[in-house]
Amino acid sequence: MAEANLKVFRGEKDSGTFENYKVPIEEGMVVLDAIHWIQQNIDPSIAVRWNCKAAKCGSCSAEVNGRPQLLCKSRMDKFEPGEEITVQPIKTFPHVKDLVADVSWNYEVNKKIVPFTPKPGHNWVVYQEDIERVQEFRKCIECFLCQNVCHVLRDHNRKDGFYGPRFMVRLAGLEMHPVDDANRLKMVKEDAGVGFCNITKCCTEVCPEDIHITDNAIIPLKERVVDEFYDPIAKFFKTVFKAK
Amino acid sequence: MTNYETHEHDVLVVGAGGAGLRAAIEASAQGMNVGLVCKSLLGKAHTVMAEGGVAAALGNVDPEDNWEVHFQDTMNGGKMMNNWRMAQLHAQEAPDRVRELQEWGAVFDRTKKGEILQRAFGGHKYKRLCHVGDRTGLEMIRTLQDQGVHRGFAVYMECSITKLFKDGDKVSGAFGYYREDGRYVLFKAKAIVLATGGVGKAFTVTSNSWEYTADGQGLAYDAGADLIDMEFVQFHPTGMVWPPGVRGILVTEGVRGEGGILTNKEGKRFMRDYLPESTKDQFSADDEESKRWVDAAIAGVKTNDRRPPELSTRDNVARAIYQEVKAGRGSPHGGVFLDISYQDAARVRKKLPSMYHQFKDLADVDITAGPMEVGPTMHYIMGGIRVDADTQMSRVPGLFAAGECSGGMHGANRLGGNSLSDLIVFGRLAGLGAAEYVKKLGSAPAIDNKDVDSAIEEMEEPFKRAANADAKNPYDVQKTLNQVMSTYVGIFRNKEDLETGIAKLQELKEDVKKVCTKGSKVYNPGWHMCRDLKNMLIASEAIARSALSREESRGAHSRTDFEQLSPELGKFNTAISKDGDSMKLEKTPCPEMPEELKKFFVKKETTHNG
Repeated sequence: MAEANLKVFRGEKDSGTFENYKVPIEEGMVVLDAIHWIQQNIDPSIAVRWNCKAAKCGSCSAEVNGRPQLLCKSRMDKFEPGEEITVQPIKTFPHVKDLVADVSWNYEVNKKIVPFTPKPGHNWVVYQEDIERVQEFRKCIECFLCQNVCHVLRDHNRKDGFYGPRFMVRLAGLEMHPVDDANRLKMVKEDAGVGFCNITKCCTEVCPEDIHITDNAIIPLKERVVDEFYDPIAKFFKTVFKAK
Repeated sequence: MTNYETHEHDVLVVGAGGAGLRAAIEASAQGMNVGLVCKSLLGKAHTVMAEGGVAAALGNVDPEDNWEVHFQDTMNGGKMMNNWRMAQLHAQEAPDRVRELQEWGAVFDRTKKGEILQRAFGGHKYKRLCHVGDRTGLEMIRTLQDQGVHRGFAVYMECSITKLFKDGDKVSGAFGYYREDGRYVLFKAKAIVLATGGVGKAFTVTSNSWEYTADGQGLAYDAGADLIDMEFVQFHPTGMVWPPGVRGILVTEGVRGEGGILTNKEGKRFMRDYLPESTKDQFSADDEESKRWVDAAIAGVKTNDRRPPELSTRDNVARAIYQEVKAGRGSPHGGVFLDISYQDAARVRKKLPSMYHQFKDLADVDITAGPMEVGPTMHYIMGGIRVDADTQMSRVPGLFAAGECSGGMHGANRLGGNSLSDLIVFGRLAGLGAAEYVKKLGSAPAIDNKDVDSAIEEMEEPFKRAANADAKNPYDVQKTLNQVMSTYVGIFRNKEDLETGIAKLQELKEDVKKVCTKGSKVYNPGWHMCRDLKNMLIASEAIARSALSREESRGAHSRTDFEQLSPELGKFNTAISKDGDSMKLEKTPCPEMPEELKKFFVKKETTHNG
């Protein structure tokens, strides 16, 4: 039977080493299966976070040969025979153990976002064409791969100033909901720090749900912020209107 | 002495899928101080896997629909074993719960008139499933999660509960550990809501995730609650069968709801041959009528044509596929073919996006160009913790249960779409019930330190056993358990197999006492499995013993040695409870339906299980 060469990061809180494992390959196998094989046959204590194994829950995010992806979607037959497959935890968040990282920062950010606020007395007649874009954003499975790959968070560690692509998607989904009545643009500009994004589109590239994060969420949010806070003509009219 | 942290709550909810989240939101709204414990990260619970939709008689697509029809469909689908009051509450309250989700931000697919769109599903007379493509569960859990985080309750993520405590007969708290670093935690609580889901990890081929280890069933059993109807285990007819790594992963019933056709290797559309006489008149007479029904559904227009035979209830379709494969008429990898590729490719991608990606990414199959291979996969347990229909309280004062870990709502077979509605209807009622109970409770019940010490000791043992010569690997034990359950307690059962299975489970109970782990307590899945196995064993034995005791075929419970449905046996629930070190089985009378509801079921009695 063919064997795969896995090189898996083992250790706690960043201190650790890569360990090599030989894993028998079955047809259709994914990297998560290989980690489970190690768990069941070599070391039950190897840590990996997972739930659905069908790319629906977004738990098993890791970096395979340097590329951030879901382990349950990383097919073993995509690698050359005998190729070394390096598996390590996502880098942007504090390391816990082996392939598990502490992503709790994301949950703290989520709490800060003003929730959906329906217009009072709305009749809930909403047409499909008016929610297509919002539904795209709601496909997000919170795998946090976009957060992991975002330069602002990964290389510059500006978690103090930028909510990251995941929450730009959430904010865009709320702002574009036809029944929502809250205005989050000040938050988008200030606390969420949309200006930090310099549109490298790395987040879009790694999104397992194919959400067009940059084009459909972040850029429109940037435009709305500009319209709200920086448009000179609008500012003129606002001033005149207020002056009346 | 081992350290542990302590938290105090009025209501502790264990499990953060749809039911747990809804219960926490409700208890919180009632002014309770609430804690929510989840075994995974928030928003990752198994609810996220639900695909096809949430059943609620809104009547947006078929205006004839109402709660009474939904109630009848549910009872008929459950072969009248359902707790009638739960089925009634469910049918009556589901529409409000769905509208509430919408008001909390859920973005359902729409009809042309701008209302919530509803699709057809097996066993539902009318188009009743509110949905978002084929990712309805994700929409539901994200909506509840985003609503929940603003309700001010505490969330304990990646935390497993290992023990419930009582003061006298009343619930007083729970003990557990954090998966992340293995530190222990004690929860003092006046009421506890279990919402831990199912038992799928006891079986080899299952659609369930690792979390489904019967935690609630095991904890409640140990605390003195009874488990009813455990013999009724649903095998979903359509799981993936190939490649091996994805075997069992769910293929939504929505594929058939949208017009998917089941065929065997000879190209024969076989489902019509398996329709029970009693329901045959509800289905199309031929392929032409099926096609007209599908065309009308796609066009969004009314039709008098009847639905295709693929939309029979799950128990029938699962048995049909199993029998086709057994007769040598299966697909190359031991399933049958499910085909939606005759429809417009863009529409299929729009209505079934995650199915499209699942097959494309994991199996190299383009479902818009050719058929899928599918076969039965263990999906759901209808049985569970017996609760009061209106309050969701078990027979242990202060212990509540909602969602899949509770029993009674679905009887002998659950209809697709009735699970998501179950979660929000009974999640809310459990939160409400727990809050009412706490308000009436006098002083807070106490926890005995000795009980905490023994809970700690239980968790320490697997590390101490590592040096023993007869120590067992927990994953080996799980693998054996899976084989036993799948071989002897599967879709078709008989006395001999069940007795063999029960004997093997006794041996496994001894093995579970020897499981060990090594390494540290930091995120150690092997250690976690050592504890999970105990719950799985309790549930597995309850399933096997209940199945052996029910000498008839009813709903999802198919006995090859008792193929008929017995009207007499249908009057009793099977109840399992703890009696010292052994398991007690009783037959208890089903609650009697009042006359005003009985009138819906005037059909003549049948002994055919279909």
